[in-house]
Order: sequence, then structure tokens, then C-alpha cells
Amino acid sequence: MTPMMNLFLRFVAALVLAVLMLSLSDYALAANPLPEGAHNVLDTMGPQAGHILDLWRVFLYLCCAVFALILLALLYFLRRQPRGDAGTPPELGFVDAPEPAPRRHVTRAVIASTLGLVALIVASVFTDRALARLPLTGAVNIDVTGHQWWWTARYRNGGPDEEFNTANELVVPVGKPVIVNLKSDDVIHSMWLPNLAGKKDLIPGRSASLQFRADKPGVYRGQCVEFCGLQHAQMTLHVFAVPQEQFDAWVQGQRQPAAEPADPRAQRGKQLFQSVSCAMCHAVQGTLAGAQRGPDLTHVASRKTLAAGALPNTPEDLAAWIRNPQLYKPGSSMPATPLSQEDLDAIVAYLGGLK
Amino acid sequence: MRPALILVALAALALTACEREARRFDTPSKNQTPAEQAPRMGTLQPAAPLQGQVRAPLRNDSPYEENAYAVNQGKRLYRWYNCSGCHSMGGGGIGPPLMDSEWRYGGDPASIFTSIMQGRPQGMPSFGGHIPEDQVWQIVAYVRSMSGQLRKDVAPSRADTLYPGNPENARGKEHMEQAQPPLPEPGARR
Repeated sequence: MTPMMNLFLRFVAALVLAVLMLSLSDYALAANPLPEGAHNVLDTMGPQAGHILDLWRVFLYLCCAVFALILLALLYFLRRQPRGDAGTPPELGFVDAPEPAPRRHVTRAVIASTLGLVALIVASVFTDRALARLPLTGAVNIDVTGHQWWWTARYRNGGPDEEFNTANELVVPVGKPVIVNLKSDDVIHSMWLPNLAGKKDLIPGRSASLQFRADKPGVYRGQCVEFCGLQHAQMTLHVFAVPQEQFDAWVQGQRQPAAEPADPRAQRGKQLFQSVSCAMCHAVQGTLAGAQRGPDLTHVASRKTLAAGALPNTPEDLAAWIRNPQLYKPGSSMPATPLSQEDLDAIVAYLGGLK
Repeated sequence: MRPALILVALAALALTACEREARRFDTPSKNQTPAEQAPRMGTLQPAAPLQGQVRAPLRNDSPYEENAYAVNQGKRLYRWYNCSGCHSMGGGGIGPPLMDSEWRYGGDPASIFTSIMQGRPQGMPSFGGHIPEDQVWQIVAYVRSMSGQLRKDVAPSRADTLYPGNPENARGKEHMEQAQPPLPEPGARR
């Protein structure tokens, strides 16, 4: 066997393995969704991601077929070529020969390639049409703004006094369309919810819109997918798809101002929160803290994560985060606030009560 | 010998560039050693007021004036903490301008630091205790850059929002055009 043949066979083996693994992973992941938020394009949970997956499959299978055909042709010509050894004189006859005219099978190959490319374009157009035809009646309207490195979500349904802000977590009703209006506060970000929809860029000074529908309840992990600075990797957005009644109850809860703390330690935490540097950037509705530069903390205890998915939302992690944010997200805009242990505990107790 | 000297010179040059661009995220902020206390002079404070005195600076030099990243952070905070609400983008308005050479309470780093921390009569709020001290030093460095007191390669450039080509400005203009009726053509019949 010639070395070239050897290389060729390895190439084919790798290709077969890759296709096999892709088709197997499809089933393996569908059977076993990731525990903390599914994050998988192959495990679609809504019509938009489904259309994109269909298109991806068309591309994959067509490109694999073309690749396999080219490899087969290569194999055929490798076997057909005249054999020689080191003593065989070089064949130079073709140097003087006139340029051959395009042969019939070259023409055929060009036609086949053109048809294949046109087929991919047609598939793309049909996918775009399908994406644009998601029925939007009764949609949930959410403004999502990207910041370095977290997300604001403003729920727009209802009157101006019924709108509310939350951060880094979206709650959506199952089976209802969601319209997300995307804006950026600083640099270019991109939102991607692999299980639910395609990517969409957030460009400063422009607005974009993304529509999706979650057909199964669950937790879906989203991510910024346009490099946006030091903590780009820790810019996570979780989507919680819940039944309609649960969604309505959540919205009612989020519309309320912050709960008044009951125990004296949390009351002290509230006072501290409003007077030290917290209130310079964060808002807690119903108190003097009304700044919009950092995440709205009115119902922070109802969220599952802190710092855009960097930490779980537990009292210990919250205290560690306030004490030294730069340890967990170096470069983040949250500064370390020098506080005594007692003051820190009071603020953590206060924030822990903001359900 | 000469190539070695050139290499050393280049390395030294590269090191100065490191200082200009270094991004440090260490938590114990500078000026953490005990400093003498100063009274609050402004009557206003952001959010809920604090009692007691504010910290005075240890030394009369901002630790961030050689660092372009920190000065840029100061620029961001100048907008975030609404310094621009009164001082505008340095041209002044409700508050005095910051881009000229005239200073009521001094233009050296320690004076600007105390002005921010203590507040000043006639409206400058007292931010001591409300803004972490290293952030105050970053704002001090940015404020000094506006009057050209910093090295030119460290000072940040003009904000995008000040350029006429900014889409947000364009939106504002469209709005104004819609609000105002068009002027009659000269010589048009009434």
C-alpha cells in the first residue's frame, strides 16, 4: 500500500467517525439534557431552533455527500495512475501538448456544484421564511440590553407602571411567542439561546429583534457569542420556560416593590445599602436606591445565579462576591466595597430577603 | 555591543507601555492606610446621607495618572455617577467647567479628591463613603485629563456621543425636525 493510499484511508476513517459521532450525540443528548440549563443546538425546544437545525442538517448531509464523492474520485484516480519506480524516466509529453478543452465530466461537475449551491440557497431562503412566520399574537415583549458583562431585561407588557426590570434571567411562558428587542449599552454583544433560537447581534446605537417560542418547560442556558471583553465567557443568560399560570404569578411578584425587611439585621442592611456605594449603581424599587448602572436588585433573591451566571445565588457566594468581585470576574464594573463583617452580613441578609 | 543596547532601550520602552496599558484588578484599593479625617462641606449626598467625616488623601498624587485604562474607567464613572449632570462634558453648566485652567478649590490631585469627598458649598455633593476611594482617584485622573494636566497618550479621546455622526444624535435631530414646522421659502406667497 502506498503512503498516499494510507493517508487517504485514515482520512475516510476520520470522516466516517465524525459523522457517526454527530448522529450519535444527537440521540445521547436528547435522552439526557444537561442539568443546569440545557445548552445544545441539537436538542431543540422551540420552532425557531428547529428550523435552524433542519437547515443545518441539509448543509451537513449535502456537504458530506460532496466530500465523500470527491474522496471517491480521488481514490479512483490514485488507483488508475500508471505505476513507476525511481528508475522510470519522467513523463514530459504533456508539456508540449496543447491545452485540453474542457471535458464533458468537468462540465458535469460544474453543473452539479452549481445545482448543489443553488439548493443550499433555496434551503436558506425557506428557513428564513419559516423563521419570519412565527405567529406573534399575544407575544411577551422583553427589551434586553447587553452590558459588559451582564444583561438587563425589561418586561414591556402592560402599562408604564406595570413594566419592570430584571437581570440575567428571563422567565417566559411555555407555548407563547416571545419578542426580544435587543440593544447594547457599550460594545457589540450577541445573544444566543441554542435550544430556542439563532444568534442575534446587539449593536450599540441600533436595535434588533429576535422572536422565539419555548414549547417545553425547562431551563435553557444562553450566552453572549460576540467577544466583548475580559468577561465575555461569563456573560450568561438563563431562560426559564414555565407554565402560563406560573409565569403570571412571577410577573405579579416582579411588579411589586421590594419587600420591607422584618428582622433588625436586614433593616440595618437596607439602611447600609442605600448609604454606601451599592446605591450608586443598583436599584431596589421602593427605596432610595434608584440607579440603573448595575443589575436591578428589587427581587434579587428570586434569581438562581449571581453576576450573569458566574456564581450560584447563595448567601455565602453573595457575601464573597460583594467582598471581592474582582476575584470572580476580573475587570467587572462592580468595585469591592470595604465593609466590616457585620455590615456585610447585614447587607447579605437584606438582599437575601428580596424575593 | 550596540544591538544589545538597542534591545535594552526597546525593552525599557515596552515596559513603559505596559504601565500605560496595565489593567490591575487587585481589591485592596490604594489609599487604604489610615488617613486623617475631613469634615463634609457639601450639604447634598447621593441616596441616603451618611454621618461623620470623610477620608483625606494620603499623598498629593493620583495613583492612576500614568494608566490609560484607569483614566478611561474614570471617564466612565464621571458619566455613571452623573458628574456630567452639572459639569457637562467638562464645559460646565450648573457646576463650574473642568476643562479650563481656573480652579476654585485647586486643580492638583489632592484638592480634586477632597472636593469630591467633602463636597463644596453651593451644590457640589459630598461623595465620601458613597464612592470607593480607588474610583474617586480614577475620576480625579480623568478630571485632570480634561484640563490637559495628564500625558497626552494616557488621556482618553473624546466620547463617541459628542460626534455629530452618532445615531442617537441623529434620532434627536429627526425628532426636532418633525416638531418644528418648515420655514417658508424666501419669496414664497403668504
